Amino acid sequence: MKIAVCVKRVPDMDARFRISADGTSLDEAGLKFDINEPDAWAVEAGLQLKEKAGQGEVVVLSLGPPAVQETIRKALSMGADRGIHLAADRVPFDGFSIARAIAAELKDGGYDLILFGKMSPDSSNGIVGAIVAELLDYACVTAVSGLEMADGGGTAKRELEGAQEFVEFTLPAVLTVDEGLNTARYPSLKGIMAAKKKPMESKPAQLGEPMVTIKSLEMPPDRPPGKIVGEGAAAVPELVRLLQTEAKVL
Amino acid sequence: MANILAFAEQRSGELRKVALENVTAARALADATGGEVHALLVGAPGIAQKAEQLGKHGADVVLVCEHDALGDYNAEAVAALAADRIKSGGYRVAVFSTSAQGRDLLPRVAAKLGVGVVTDVTEARIEGDAVIVKHPINIGKVIATASIASTPAVIGLRPGNTTLVENPKAAKVEQVQPVGDPSAARVKVKEMKQGASAKLDIGDAPVVIAGGRGLKSAEGFKLAEDLADAFGNAAVGATRAVCDDGWRPHSEQIGQTGRVVSPDLYIAVGISGAIQHLAGMRTSRTIVAINKDKEAPIFKIADYGIVGDVAEVLPALTAAVREARKSH
Ligand SMILES: Cc1cc2nc3c(=O)[nH]c(=O)nc-3n(C[C@H](O)[C@H](O)[C@H](O)COP(=O)(O)OP(=O)(O)OC[C@H]3O[C@@H](n4cnc5c(N)ncnc54)[C@H](O)[C@@H]3O)c2cc1C
Repeated sequence: MKIAVCVKRVPDMDARFRISADGTSLDEAGLKFDINEPDAWAVEAGLQLKEKAGQGEVVVLSLGPPAVQETIRKALSMGADRGIHLAADRVPFDGFSIARAIAAELKDGGYDLILFGKMSPDSSNGIVGAIVAELLDYACVTAVSGLEMADGGGTAKRELEGAQEFVEFTLPAVLTVDEGLNTARYPSLKGIMAAKKKPMESKPAQLGEPMVTIKSLEMPPDRPPGKIVGEGAAAVPELVRLLQTEAKVL
Repeated sequence: MANILAFAEQRSGELRKVALENVTAARALADATGGEVHALLVGAPGIAQKAEQLGKHGADVVLVCEHDALGDYNAEAVAALAADRIKSGGYRVAVFSTSAQGRDLLPRVAAKLGVGVVTDVTEARIEGDAVIVKHPINIGKVIATASIASTPAVIGLRPGNTTLVENPKAAKVEQVQPVGDPSAARVKVKEMKQGASAKLDIGDAPVVIAGGRGLKSAEGFKLAEDLADAFGNAAVGATRAVCDDGWRPHSEQIGQTGRVVSPDLYIAVGISGAIQHLAGMRTSRTIVAINKDKEAPIFKIADYGIVGDVAEVLPALTAAVREARKSH
């Protein structure tokens, strides 16, 4: 089975973010970056499928500035076979542009499966995988939290609001991976050493014109300061009074 | 004048609340330009009965597509139909929800049309040639204002973020045909397991009681369940720590890797308030926190806090809420 896994380098969300002077991007100085967690689950899924089949290839792709090569290396150190870096000055906000570049690269690659994380917390759109599927005319299942492969297809579990859906799909397919599918392995020292020698190709990303652009960024308004109503069960009557009279939610 | 298409999401033949949110938001967009709202309702034969409810929230026309192979969600067939209607109807904006179904559908529709798409939209307006949307990024720590330059623009609203408004229209019902053969889809729903009961979902409930590790165990969640019962219109959610420990299903997880909810009232019990959790609930209208640690970060975002042990405070609160609801 030939599997591609698309990964994104994302900042640690614990950080304090600062808006750049241009007003439309964030200042990256001082931020820590790592592989997007759902993308690590996708890498893990790809590796497990290859291991189970006893053969195949796991190709890791990332789009962005040279720094994304670190993220590709991380996936290689987990066990992926080779990397593709689609070079761009920065990752555009427009999910369609990203998807177009990825689809152009993977189009003739003969992949059986293309895996993505469900979403990345930075741009918070969660659309790239399904757009790639449409552009390549692959079957597509999003938010996969359980997976069993069979000949020529598989069965996936999807988490819905208050329900679960079990779907059958045919290959080739694009899957986006949700929490619960697996726990991503940590790279071993041996894996890290081996990753240094694995092939990584770099080529320009074919992004095209974006249809969605950021006009401005702002910090959300602070919530008005709250109050500690009191301590223990004794504070309950006052809380209930406030919920009735002030917040009007009871 | 700009006509807007609203997608009327259904599950098992019932409209989801987000369907009404989509119609309500579409109505506001259409009214600003003097256009019409058309709702697209897809389902098994009989689904047309739900058209009235869409009219009540402002749909002028309900486009109904009924087919035996469309009772369960059929992503390929619905995306093909939606894209076809949007193109032939010349809509300015297509409004979906950023629900599980919406997030699956939106990118497919946008890709078929070759147009711009933004999900998790908290505000939208039409401005000249562009559709301007607000969209929280970096787990809500920053708000982006983005411009979608394509016509149409495809947007996914943040669930729970639109206050339902009744705006009754005598909606005209038009039957429409599927595009291609819906039975031929490459992805098919084999089985749908509804949650344990017919309880409200955290995305639809006006009140969410969210529990964290402070509830100590799966059994400890009984305290949260009881409080939810006392409210009558509440659902129970959880932190990732709790879901990872298997106390609650991942579908109830609220936060960065879980769900985003915006209820009228969010009661966080035994939750520390990690930034990844706040990402899923910071846009709730009123936030209450109950935690025994007065330094817990959750108190920084809460409107009202009680410092105390959940085992003591929750039963008292449950009793008081029952009492307050009785006197309604
Ligand atoms: C990439 C990433 C993504 C994440 N995504 C999410 C996400 O989507 N959702 C999410 O929730 N978390 C997420 N997390 C985890 C998050 O960082 C926290 O670990 C988690 O939210 C903590 O859950 P908690 O508050 O239940 O537990 P804890 O942090 O253990 O807090 C328990 C709280 O309960 C209080 N408490 C204990 N006993 C009592 C008592 N008897 N009475 C009253 N209070 C009591 C304690 O004072 C404490 O504040 C993510 C983390 C990472 C790294």
